[in-house]
Amino acid sequence: MKHGSSSPIILLLSRVLSPYIMLFGMYVIFHGHYSPGGGFQGGALLASSIILIRIAMEEKVHQLHFNKDYGIPLGAIGVLIFFGVGFIALIMGGYFLDYGLLPFPGMITAELRFYGILLIEVGVGLAVMTILVSIYDNLLEEDDDESI
Amino acid sequence: MKYLTYISIGVFALLLIYAAYGLPYRGDPNALVNQEISLTGTPVASSYYIENAMKDANTPNMVTSVLGDYRAFDTLGEEVVIFAAGMICFLLLNRERKREARKQ
Amino acid sequence: MNLFDFIAGHYDYWFIIILLAIGLYGMTVKKNLVKKLIGMTIFQAAVILFYISSAIKADATVPIIMENLSVDNPANYINPLPHALMLTAIVVGVATVGVAFTLLILIYKNYKTLDENELLELMK
Repeated sequence: MKHGSSSPIILLLSRVLSPYIMLFGMYVIFHGHYSPGGGFQGGALLASSIILIRIAMEEKVHQLHFNKDYGIPLGAIGVLIFFGVGFIALIMGGYFLDYGLLPFPGMITAELRFYGILLIEVGVGLAVMTILVSIYDNLLEEDDDESI
Repeated sequence: MKYLTYISIGVFALLLIYAAYGLPYRGDPNALVNQEISLTGTPVASSYYIENAMKDANTPNMVTSVLGDYRAFDTLGEEVVIFAAGMICFLLLNRERKREARKQ
Repeated sequence: MNLFDFIAGHYDYWFIIILLAIGLYGMTVKKNLVKKLIGMTIFQAAVILFYISSAIKADATVPIIMENLSVDNPANYINPLPHALMLTAIVVGVATVGVAFTLLILIYKNYKTLDENELLELMK
């Protein structure tokens, strides 16, 4: 599949729309406590904004946007954020993923749980975004020599 | 052989229609999953989540509270599954690419 | 009248049964592997819809706490547990479809076909 389009309408529209989709994805992740949303949906929205640029632009441009080598390592960091929050709670004397014992000073247990959920949502969003982009990259990479 | 497949699909659909006799009506508030106390006398999970989500985690969205707090270990497993799927795509396709590069 | 009540009271299940039958038809009858994958995705969507439809309660609202609705009465809010389970199942479904496409690409690169009968001939 050839990357990139020559139509100016597609180039302009994808360039305008992509940051707004990304902003909305951030909103969905960080407002997930009060409205429908959370890490999975926000991560899918962030991935869609990146894949929109990948469909519309040529390869030189979209590699500046999000490099394909960063896909798997950033996904691993997302999983490690989740594990790390669990292990911090374990080290502080609670159960695994028991956010009530996270070492943030001056908060009651319910607030600690609130921020623990926020931390793992960020980890989930990062992992989902990078893994979806990485699957897209791997599926479409290097098929110019053989016409599939 | 093809007709046998069609007949088995039809039997499958009829079996599901028969099984629908045991399912609760749509939106029935008295269905077993919506009770506060189950048949065996233990509290039902969903009613517990509805009553205690705000108290336990200060979060108005109960789905986030269930996903991130009560069932966080489940979510951790799902995230590891997603990561493993990404790794499988990366490793399988990259091995194929390296083999092709060696052949040329 | 009783039969009519039964049919009208379970109407969401009939659509789900139709979707399950379509998915099974795609997985068993079709010979192209991509069409089998599409059938599997339809089957998965039907299972997700079944879970979501089991969450519903009459005269209840979405599981986000509002000020004028008391949480002490669980009949005010629909069941949040199937929503949380299916939320993860959807994203995991996307990832598994990615793995399936990877396997299909590898099969096509090795055998140059995706038809089931031709593949069985070639693998002998």
